[in-house]
Amino acid sequence: MRRYTRRQTLKTLGGAAAAAMVPTSLLTAARAFAEESPWKPEDGASIRLLRWKRFVASEEEATLALLDAFSKATGVKIRVDSEGFEDLRPKAAVAASIGSGPDIIWTIHADPHLYPDAMLDLTDVADHLGGKYGGWYPIAETYSIRKGQWIALPFCFSGNFLNYRVSQVEKAGFSKFPENTDDFLALMTELNKAGTPGGFALGNASGDGNCWAHWVLWSHGGKMVDDNDNLVLNSPETVAGLEYVAKLGKTFIPGVASWLDGHNNKAFLQGACSVTNNGISIYAAAVREGMKEISEDMDHAYWPTGPAGEPTEFHVQFPMTVYNHTKYPNACKALLAWLMEAEQYNAFMQGSVGYLSHSLKAFDDHPVWTEDPKRAVFKDTVPRSRTFAHSGSLGYAAASAFADFIVVNMVAEAALGTKTPEEAAADAHKRAERYYKI
Amino acid sequence: MAAVIDSADRLPLLTRFMNNRNLMGLFFMLPAAAILLVFLTYPLGLGVWLGMTDVKVGRPGVFVGMENFTWLWEDSVFRLSIFNTFLYTVVASVIKFALGLWLAIILNNNIPIKAFIRAIVLLPFIVPTVLSALAFWWIYDSQDSVISWTLIELGFIDQTIDFLGEPNNARGAVIAANIWRGIPFVAITLLAGLQTIPQSLYEAAIIDGATEWQRFRRITLPLLTPIIAVVMTFSVLFTFTDFQLIWVMTRGGPINATHLMATLSYQRGIVGGALGEGAAIAVAMIPFLLAAILFSYFGLQNRKWQRGGRDD
Repeated sequence: MRRYTRRQTLKTLGGAAAAAMVPTSLLTAARAFAEESPWKPEDGASIRLLRWKRFVASEEEATLALLDAFSKATGVKIRVDSEGFEDLRPKAAVAASIGSGPDIIWTIHADPHLYPDAMLDLTDVADHLGGKYGGWYPIAETYSIRKGQWIALPFCFSGNFLNYRVSQVEKAGFSKFPENTDDFLALMTELNKAGTPGGFALGNASGDGNCWAHWVLWSHGGKMVDDNDNLVLNSPETVAGLEYVAKLGKTFIPGVASWLDGHNNKAFLQGACSVTNNGISIYAAAVREGMKEISEDMDHAYWPTGPAGEPTEFHVQFPMTVYNHTKYPNACKALLAWLMEAEQYNAFMQGSVGYLSHSLKAFDDHPVWTEDPKRAVFKDTVPRSRTFAHSGSLGYAAASAFADFIVVNMVAEAALGTKTPEEAAADAHKRAERYYKI
Repeated sequence: MAAVIDSADRLPLLTRFMNNRNLMGLFFMLPAAAILLVFLTYPLGLGVWLGMTDVKVGRPGVFVGMENFTWLWEDSVFRLSIFNTFLYTVVASVIKFALGLWLAIILNNNIPIKAFIRAIVLLPFIVPTVLSALAFWWIYDSQDSVISWTLIELGFIDQTIDFLGEPNNARGAVIAANIWRGIPFVAITLLAGLQTIPQSLYEAAIIDGATEWQRFRRITLPLLTPIIAVVMTFSVLFTFTDFQLIWVMTRGGPINATHLMATLSYQRGIVGGALGEGAAIAVAMIPFLLAAILFSYFGLQNRKWQRGGRDD
């Protein structure tokens, strides 16, 4: 087994880009891998892979090309199905409970922790990849390791950062985007005064809503539970965060209360919104549609740091999970290992154009992050992320509280002023008690 | 006599069974009963059972009795969803009925290109709910609402209306969308009812000098009641269990102001994985639905034949 440093990984990239374009060389690479790989697919193996519906076509094309090459090189048949998250997640859970269904499910969040016993131990694959590619980021390990075993492979994360209009922020008197919460509030206030307000989703937006609400809660030191899953939501830190939200909310563009995940994209692309939080999709759409007045005048920024003194961001994870019930565990492991080897993962990253970020440190140097400087912040998605269960454990309680929008609703109440920060924190705490049963 | 009975007793079992009308009747009902049992009773029973367990999606649970319901009763979001569901159902149903009846009466008159207009009226009902919900999503958009735009251009208002962001606006907006979608069903069914009323009754009333209102009040309404009862039962059931409109337009927001019991049940049971609790919310809808059915059964179906008796 060769060991890669970050430099060497970078050197192989030229070859990888070529591989993505020329299927024959991809096939050669796949054959070479099949020779070397510690996991030999079982004879006559066939794999059913269920994944989420793509965000961007080029990622799906890249992934399918990789799967195809693997299939041709190893003779393993692969069938790929895709579903929206709302169908995918129950299906994954049911497959776990009845012990049949797809062999590999590419799912979201920390779902494997809801049915850990149904998961194939992927420790050997994770160790192999971690050892070869500069190690995993700690958050990727937190998401994947349970009782010393890797129950999932932290394949990629989707970054969610601040999107802003450069000219409008400059006009408001800021030469660069604020790095702390006080300056950020000042910026939002100025933008509103100038008639170019920003805004953040306050509706039940599972992506953007959760990302920004958790950031603001954590930025002031508040959190749902402590390290031992004791509910600590109703705390002075949470109230401080909500007081900040109450001030921030006054600067928002009208209508944010009804915003779901798609609204801020639309408002931003129309030029109606100067600052919001999103993945790279606004920028990608502006580039794709040739909307130069937006794409050239926008950039991305890290979330500002608050009194907590460290990055307090939330980005969504998309883990690969293999089920115990698979008849072809080695074929599954070989496939996942192959997909995350530099040549293939580089092609995947290239196809993802910044939507999806890597969890292995060696891919920091991938050109996808440097060929367009406006993608740069998305490189740090994984090292800056926390789990949604912060700082407790990833289980049913955390998943249910998260799905019930408790933090999102609490932040919305404070932002809209329908409750005082104290009331909002106390009520949300009470709702969370249902899940973290006392 | 004794000999006759003896010989009857000696007939083969199958022949005796075939000759017994009651047994044969039961036998012929078996397929229907089986279908009801498998597709209706079993899911309903399973739902009630799940509501009394703490089962999660993909993980078996244990029986917890009424715990889910006690929890729910103390849950402010659940209570709010009950309020929302009632408001939604009552307001939407009443308006749907009034407008639907009105539309039916208009369509019952002789108007030009009647068949075409009747077909057009059905459109909102034919369009898939998700599509119409998406259309309303745009109509109510916080920045690009066509309503806001028109009013601004006409100079009536100077700021966009926050249709789905302000709790009461949002409730009104989703109710309006539901009404738009529900009217055709009410109107077309009532129209069918109107056409069964014999014209001779109206002619007799006109000869007696009855006014238009009197004819409506004394002939149309009483003869339409059975249809009204059926239509409104269905309309209330559809409205009470509505899901798609809300899910597409607001996801229950802003801050749960438009969460109905059905959407909350889905959010917690499927998205959140708490299948037991989701089932409990769904089960909590049953008493209200039963009450609605009983009301229309006893309140509106006021003639004996409708309840299985004979008319005097």
